[in-house]
Amino acid sequence: MRKAIAILLLAIVGYYFINVFIHMPFGEKREGVGKYYLENTVKETGAANVVTAIVVSYRGFDTLGEVTVLFLAATGLGAILFGKRGEKRRLQGASVIVKTTSMMLYPMVVLLGAYVFVHGHLTPGGGFQGGAIIATGVLLMFMSYRHFNVSHNALTWIESLAGLTFATVGLIGLALGTTFLQNFLPLGTPNDLVSAGIIPIIYIAVGFKVGAELTGVLDNMLKTIR
Amino acid sequence: MSWLAVLVLVLVVVQIIAALFSVWQKDLLLAALGTSAISVVLSVLFYLLQAPDVALTEAAIGVALSTIIFVIAIKKTDRYEE
Amino acid sequence: MLYYIGAISLILIGMYAVLTKKNLLKIVIGLSIVDSGVNLLFISVGYVKDATAPIFSLPSLTADKMVDPVPQALVLTAIVIGLATTAVALGLVIRLYDHHKTLNINKIRQLKW
Repeated sequence: MRKAIAILLLAIVGYYFINVFIHMPFGEKREGVGKYYLENTVKETGAANVVTAIVVSYRGFDTLGEVTVLFLAATGLGAILFGKRGEKRRLQGASVIVKTTSMMLYPMVVLLGAYVFVHGHLTPGGGFQGGAIIATGVLLMFMSYRHFNVSHNALTWIESLAGLTFATVGLIGLALGTTFLQNFLPLGTPNDLVSAGIIPIIYIAVGFKVGAELTGVLDNMLKTIR
Repeated sequence: MSWLAVLVLVLVVVQIIAALFSVWQKDLLLAALGTSAISVVLSVLFYLLQAPDVALTEAAIGVALSTIIFVIAIKKTDRYEE
Repeated sequence: MLYYIGAISLILIGMYAVLTKKNLLKIVIGLSIVDSGVNLLFISVGYVKDATAPIFSLPSLTADKMVDPVPQALVLTAIVIGLATTAVALGLVIRLYDHHKTLNINKIRQLKW
């Protein structure tokens, strides 16, 4: 009975969905805000990657809000699972082949993550992708060794300092008499590593912060396994 | 039909079959692996739609991190539905 | 057009799992499938035929033949926030299991722990 009502409701919703998307033909050129961003990005910000320039420079305030939401989610998860931390993880270590391979792969994965978030304004990539890759590398070491520990003190310090850097760089723009998060460093030539003003600085801070946060979330959840 | 259209058709069919498998399965571990298969196919589709930033994000977050937190939650609770 | 059909069917399958299933973990899996479907729908709206990715790496690329960059910037944020929501939901599921010893939503009736 309940399944029949659910299927009927979903059929009505699906019919109206498809009715709307028939009138939006696939692959046509759309004018509007995107056209302005594509034509004026290299002149105004000096970055080669248009998506990075939109996320950090034109819509930088939304990125500050997203970093806050991630921080609240990581803190909330730590508060929900609070009473069960502190029990020792009694998992077994892996075999010799897995241990040797993961010890050789771990520095390369962390280096790849750092490369991705430093070159965020030249190639596809950025802070969020680089932070997720670093968290995956640390997870590899958690799974292979029994006594691999990352101190919670260090993670907290890195996360707080990176968040403070983001907010301070924005406030400097306000102190110089213009808007919040204004580009106050010289722009340089496009396609250089040191170019595009404050965009590399903000993405490096975001990369550190996201990597430390996701590592903390994984550590919290892994510590509750008996 | 060009080979690109055939590739897109095959990928969309694989994705829908993985979603149906993940909803109808009683063993919860296999359902979490079905979600991971959806993320892999989604990452290839994002690349074919000329969006490399989004493909990198979906591959780094959807495949590795989302699956591992599902597996940890299954280990702390029951494995089979009902 | 094939992309639209794939994304809409993912959304409908995920919503069916949220509406009719009784196990809490199945409901969270359904929410994760709806997230993936909505992101695919968003990016496939911004596609332009015979265009390339919006990165100016060579001086010969003009702004005429590039896809729309605005939906990609929005989906980048949405994927990360979807992961954060799923992590908090699974933390709540773990705590509920510790108190009630079952994951059936018909048997969890009281509102306070």
